[in-house]
Amino acid sequence: MDVVFGIPVIGFVLQFLAYLVDAIFTTNLPAQTLQLATPIALGALCGVMCERSGVVNIGIEGMMLTCAFVGFMAAMVVHEAMPGAVAGPFGFTPALVIGVLAAIAAGMLVSLLHAWLSITVRADQIISGTVINIIALGLTGYLNRLIKPSGSAGTLDALRPPHELLDLPIIGWIVKMFFTSGPITTAVIFLVVILQVLLFRSRWGLRTRAVGEHPRAADTVGIDVIRVRYRNVILGGIFAGLAGAWLTLEFNASFQNGMTANRGFIALAAVIFGRWTPIGAFGGALLFMVWEALGIAIRSNPPPGDLGVFLSGIQASYPSMYNNFFGALPYLLTLVVLAGVVGRSVPPAADGQPYVKEGAT
Amino acid sequence: MKAALRELWALAAVPVVSILLALLVGSVLIILSSLATEKSINFLLPVIAYENLLQGATGLSFLDIAAKTVTFNLSVNPDQAGRAITSTLTAASPLVLSGLAVGVGFKAGLFNIGGTGQVLVGGFAAALVGAAVAGQPAVVAVPVAILAGALGGAFYGFIPGALKAFTGAHEVVSTIMLNSLAAFVIVGLVNDIFKIAGPSFARTADIGNAAMPILFGRNGNLGILITVALVALTWVLIYRTPLGFEIRTVGANPSAARYAGMSPRRLIVLTMSLCGMFAGLAGAFEILSLGYYPAVFGTSIGFAGITVALLGRAHPVGILLAALLLGGMRAGAPAMQITAKIPIEIIDVIQGLILLFLAAETVVRRLLRGRAKRVTPGEIGTVSRSYAETKV
Repeated sequence: MDVVFGIPVIGFVLQFLAYLVDAIFTTNLPAQTLQLATPIALGALCGVMCERSGVVNIGIEGMMLTCAFVGFMAAMVVHEAMPGAVAGPFGFTPALVIGVLAAIAAGMLVSLLHAWLSITVRADQIISGTVINIIALGLTGYLNRLIKPSGSAGTLDALRPPHELLDLPIIGWIVKMFFTSGPITTAVIFLVVILQVLLFRSRWGLRTRAVGEHPRAADTVGIDVIRVRYRNVILGGIFAGLAGAWLTLEFNASFQNGMTANRGFIALAAVIFGRWTPIGAFGGALLFMVWEALGIAIRSNPPPGDLGVFLSGIQASYPSMYNNFFGALPYLLTLVVLAGVVGRSVPPAADGQPYVKEGAT
Repeated sequence: MKAALRELWALAAVPVVSILLALLVGSVLIILSSLATEKSINFLLPVIAYENLLQGATGLSFLDIAAKTVTFNLSVNPDQAGRAITSTLTAASPLVLSGLAVGVGFKAGLFNIGGTGQVLVGGFAAALVGAAVAGQPAVVAVPVAILAGALGGAFYGFIPGALKAFTGAHEVVSTIMLNSLAAFVIVGLVNDIFKIAGPSFARTADIGNAAMPILFGRNGNLGILITVALVALTWVLIYRTPLGFEIRTVGANPSAARYAGMSPRRLIVLTMSLCGMFAGLAGAFEILSLGYYPAVFGTSIGFAGITVALLGRAHPVGILLAALLLGGMRAGAPAMQITAKIPIEIIDVIQGLILLFLAAETVVRRLLRGRAKRVTPGEIGTVSRSYAETKV
């Protein structure tokens, strides 16, 4: 089976593996993967916060989009008011700080709406999330068209560690992967670890999980189910806010209608893939986005040898399909993983079910 | 008579109040928009906007209606009204189909958000087959192209159905992934393989005789008739056939359905394929009216189906009425955008707001002092319960 349809299979596989090893250890592929995975991971943390306490959140997409818009607009307004402000570490100007804070506030506000609909009104949580997605898309598009923003507050800067550190073996590689990106990307690693520890080692985490698995039992021992759920959903909004801020204040310096491009839903798949744990979801986000990063790497720097010739041959004859293939890869992979893994992934038992106190109607 | 009216009000109260509340909140947004476009606050702008919307949708204005009610003169300008109503029907017919694509899914406890992808695949299939049979007589070409669209959509609904039935992948996530996938793949295919030389933008070949026949007015096409027939057929299927009974049972209570000897797996695959078929038909009608498939075919029909289905209580007749309302808004929106300078996205916001008030129906019902019936179809509970569930 060395040659199938005239394509030297084993040779290609070996060349691809060599390219992959080379990319992982010498190029910025790991750093790029981490960067692309950031909004997915943050969205997933929002999902974990909500769903561990028993509230399904499919509105992450709309929350991110709203936060991206609000953060961008707030930063732009402040930037126009004080254009000559001096940038601090990470390129933080007052405009960008206020933008990020505004995005977080917007995330908490939209989360409050979701919490009110799904906990107090006891509306169907899937519908509540869909409502948020539809209104977010319409409203940001409407306002964006009306305001027609022309300026921008710029973006946050990446960390630039000293060369001596990057040249060290192993440590250099780790520093390069985790500490050469913007502040939001760098913060993700810490947020994931902190949330993982809190969720499984703290009183808050125990209560959250109790409310998500068996709200009646939690209620019996005196935990206020409604309050825990409200708190978790609203705190989850912070992560959606950071994801939105990443989109318009760190990765891009502009807002486009519908720019989240289903990242919120990939985040949802990452939550399921990671079995409702922060670290698992982070792994899922990395796994989904490494393919997009690899696509970018292959397109900008094709592998050498026959494989490279083969790929550039395809690119020459089918340029649009070649590019769109790499664009479609994360979605295809999410689908495959979802179909293959979800059967063994069990959600919190009370996920999606509104809680009614006994005796109340 | 009075009892019947009260019954009708109980049924329609929540949707009607939700629509009114959405228009009210929408008017606040429109007033805000005058700040950006006119540099002053214009409290009359919502009236002008909704007036244009109504005129574009029905050919009547508020003043007309008021005057005609006062003078009992019910004659209308047939030309103007006819043109407006035809465009409302043309806009509504794909919405009915995408509404059915979601509503029939609800009946089986499935939430099909994949309408967007199914519309794309259905439209693309119809365009390719339509171009292939472009030279045949219309009697052959039109049905063949429509059928291709239906099959394309059904195939794209079958995939998430099978994934859910056999692997447990929840359709809410998998259909959204399939939406993006379809968009990427089809753009690539049109640009690289099916593009024809000539036009300034990438598009597939002309469909020739497979174009939708115009039956009345400027653009009242065959699709409208087929849509109405499908609504009736769907009602019969859901409420008068054994299969419909099985679909409703699995939606209301999957365990009971299994104990009764029904196969939830078979029903999930079947229902999702059926939903995909409806959405695929919507795409086929759109493309066969347009005449070709453009590489960049942005359409919100699939997504609007969710609003239509929820507003219409997942009932075929309700879906028909809801689609007429939203279709009217779409038909009237361009006039509104030109005259009142309001971005067309306001329509999406109003749709979302309608959904918001429907979702908060307990609050709306309290406003009506509990005289109204529940709106959310009961089967939607199954959608939430089955979220990421392991066994089907």
